[in-house]
Amino acid sequence: MTLSNTFVLVSTVVMALSAVAADQPSVRVEPSRLDGPRQLQEQTAKAAVNNYLESWRSMSDALDQNRPELLDRDFIGSAKEKLAATIKEQKENGVRTVYRDRSHDIRILFYSPEGLSIQLADTVVYDLQLFDHDKAIGSQNVQTRYIVVLTPTEVRWRVRIFQAQTQ
Amino acid sequence: MRVGIPIILACVASGIASSAQSANLKIPGSIEAGSAFSVRCDGNGSGTLYIAGPGQFIKRDVQLGSETSFPAGTLYNAGHYSVWLEAAGSSNTGSLDVLPAPKPSDLTFIAKPSRLQVALRNGITGTAYVFDHYGNLITEPMEVSFELSNPRAGAQTRAVQTRNGAAWTEMDSTSHEGQDQFVARAGEVSSKRVVFQVPGEPCSLKMNAKAAGDKIQLVTDPVRDCSGNAVADGTIVTFTELSNDSKSTVDVPLKKGVASAEMPAHRGATVSVASGVVLGNQIRWEQ
Repeated sequence: MTLSNTFVLVSTVVMALSAVAADQPSVRVEPSRLDGPRQLQEQTAKAAVNNYLESWRSMSDALDQNRPELLDRDFIGSAKEKLAATIKEQKENGVRTVYRDRSHDIRILFYSPEGLSIQLADTVVYDLQLFDHDKAIGSQNVQTRYIVVLTPTEVRWRVRIFQAQTQ
Repeated sequence: MRVGIPIILACVASGIASSAQSANLKIPGSIEAGSAFSVRCDGNGSGTLYIAGPGQFIKRDVQLGSETSFPAGTLYNAGHYSVWLEAAGSSNTGSLDVLPAPKPSDLTFIAKPSRLQVALRNGITGTAYVFDHYGNLITEPMEVSFELSNPRAGAQTRAVQTRNGAAWTEMDSTSHEGQDQFVARAGEVSSKRVVFQVPGEPCSLKMNAKAAGDKIQLVTDPVRDCSGNAVADGTIVTFTELSNDSKSTVDVPLKKGVASAEMPAHRGATVSVASGVVLGNQIRWEQ
């Protein structure tokens, strides 16, 4: 049933932001082979990817400061509910976690025919530090693949599904 | 709720400094969402176990040298989790993946549009995302069936394999106006939407004329679309009269499927009728 149409991001961008600012993750957006009949305009793709990358900052701040309201701008639906529940669990246990995304390798997978969802895969590398009552428990460098679904809201794309997938 | 075979996370709190994957911390690659599992840590004394991911956080006091059980439903959000055991001032670390349960339990189904004209090819689209009992997107491929049915027009069905948890389809609107049922189904779970099909534009127009005093009374036959459905009331029909050098037009909405109007009776006038892009018959008034 699938019509595959090829969407090529005009800029297969490798933003070596790390060279510019050490705290910024490097981002690579791969050309996408979209599953679906709807054309994805470059501007729409860029907006969705940028909003998704910004959601990592929001998530990191929210989990670091245990403040669920920081999720409001970038998350919606089950993604927001799950992250908020995690923050609640952390808070109850006096724990905070610090996520620092180091690199993203993003491919847009699907733009739904009615234009109400964009699905992407992101192979992300991040550092995770755990603090229990401000005592550093440990840190890990993690590489995993996320499946993300974004939906359009009034002014931006927000993350509705945010789920790591076993590679 | 699925109860899996308890999985042992065998870890040894031996005072060795943390590393990315300590040899003393043996953790299975993955468990199914919501499965029971247990942790056993070799050694003496007590420690604290942390399981951390964006999807969930768990902290437990554990007794080294004994087994700590996590009942079914404890760790249920699919994703990647980092694990630490902290004991006697040192920590061991590892990781754990939680996989979505394979059985679908919920569908997000978006059907568009909710209202459209009859007989449009690929006019209706449906997108479905499939979730397990815990709201995890099931990313393993599975079949989703889509069915669009109308009591007067039978059913269209499509079977689609999900990719990364999503499936989509396109359907033709049928030739009959009315309420269609659009259903997406995965396993035993289904989700239904209603799609209203409305008549299309007029397919042809025919009017009749008769004298009414010094007027011409014009009435159309019932106006139908190309599938034979009555065109919706309110659709504008335009009558135009050309007489010598004058031109008169009257726009009237369909009422009960027909349009009617009165126009001045001029001998030799030509009256025509149109709606949208459809031009009907012409009548030459000779009385």
